[in-house]
Amino acid sequence: MPASTIAPTAPGTSVVQPGWLRATHWLNALSVVLMIASGWRIYDAAPLFGLHFPKALTLGGWLGGALQWHFAAMWLLVANGILYLTLNLATGRFARRFFPLRAAAIRHDLAAALRGRLSHADLSHYNALQRAAYLCAIADLGLLVVSGLVLWKSVQFPLLREAMGGYDGARLVHFFTMAVLVCFSAIHIVMVALVPQTLRTMISTRLGGRR
Amino acid sequence: MKKTKASHVNSVDGAAAVREAARLLAPGAGMSTRRAFLRRSLTLGGLALLGGCSITDDNGVEVALAKISRLNDRVQALLFDPTRLAPTYPDSMITRPFPFNAYYGESEIRQVDGGTWRLELSGRLADRRHWTLAQLRALPQIEQTTRHICVEGWSAIGRWGGVAFAHFLQRVGADLNARYVGFKCADDYYTSIDMATALHPQTILALTYDRHVLPPEYGYPLKLRMPTKLGYKNPKHIQAIFITNTYPGGYWEDQGYNWFGGS
Repeated sequence: MPASTIAPTAPGTSVVQPGWLRATHWLNALSVVLMIASGWRIYDAAPLFGLHFPKALTLGGWLGGALQWHFAAMWLLVANGILYLTLNLATGRFARRFFPLRAAAIRHDLAAALRGRLSHADLSHYNALQRAAYLCAIADLGLLVVSGLVLWKSVQFPLLREAMGGYDGARLVHFFTMAVLVCFSAIHIVMVALVPQTLRTMISTRLGGRR
Repeated sequence: MKKTKASHVNSVDGAAAVREAARLLAPGAGMSTRRAFLRRSLTLGGLALLGGCSITDDNGVEVALAKISRLNDRVQALLFDPTRLAPTYPDSMITRPFPFNAYYGESEIRQVDGGTWRLELSGRLADRRHWTLAQLRALPQIEQTTRHICVEGWSAIGRWGGVAFAHFLQRVGADLNARYVGFKCADDYYTSIDMATALHPQTILALTYDRHVLPPEYGYPLKLRMPTKLGYKNPKHIQAIFITNTYPGGYWEDQGYNWFGGS
């Protein structure tokens, strides 16, 4: 029986997200918060555009401290990201949860979501909008890490550097992939607040009864 | 650029925030939907605010971060390819004016008398004679237009000329198997680098900037120029060079900047 057709009929019995998925999700959330908060402090040392980030939202206290946080949290982000992708692919969850993904389905679910009619009755599978959004977040994080690698080691990785349009190009890619991730996170948090059962699936083993 | 440290006292840990969220989201008896939504939003907002607190004042955290920074030194030494060259640029791409940068303002730029200046050498090397500016200028000279990348993120392209540092180190009989090369400067700056980078073909003891004698703002009379390292690793107004196996640290490195600082 395909996983997508399993409905959480009996309260307290169905495991929606496996333990490794929940663990890597929260470790990723922690590392992303650390990376963005310290990254904003680093950005403020030499802003690309007119804007800068309020110091109260940044981590590290000063440039040196922010750099220490950034270059420590990167190991958690990358190691956890590799673990997440490996387990997703090895268990077949990636193919099961994210595919098939069709443009028509995304359009349909987007229209339904904008009318407030997108059903979340069955949390054991992602709707097309979720699939598209989570895949974008994964790809965006990958690009964020690669552009960061170019900024850190622009001389040692010439091919990646040129693919990013040089050192300055990598700065822009790093900034805008950060912006995309922040937008994703904001929408993600709002959606979780609107459909709080999804948060429970990401915390507890069992999906409790819904009212 | 001055070091400023914030002293926030609040510290929130992620696990506790998640537990709090879990507690609030546990099935509550008779909680109205709107109230529940508000509480959930507040809790999630709280999670998002985690970035606002500085936990750096906690000594244990500082020690752990410093240890990871030293681990990153070793990772960078492994990633460093001694034959990989930094990109060079046509002169038309030189940043004009090239930005001045130091731990002090432009009004405090040191004026060194090139006539009485001598380069002192010490540590693990055979020939400790001092060098005059004229003697350094008499050595074979190389020139290159490369990108200077600042730890702050900005970068600028400039043209430096001088003596290949590898040639100089061989000339003075330096122990090329030693771990560190240290620098002491007339502006009280100090730093140190790994021997592999010291011997990199693009590492030069710079005597000129853009075909002219190095001006005071760029480090007259002598600067070390490495396109494979961040700006703060490139000392200006060098007075003394020493070869050692004992970690010498550096002005910014001792305050928390990563020691290897490589690109």
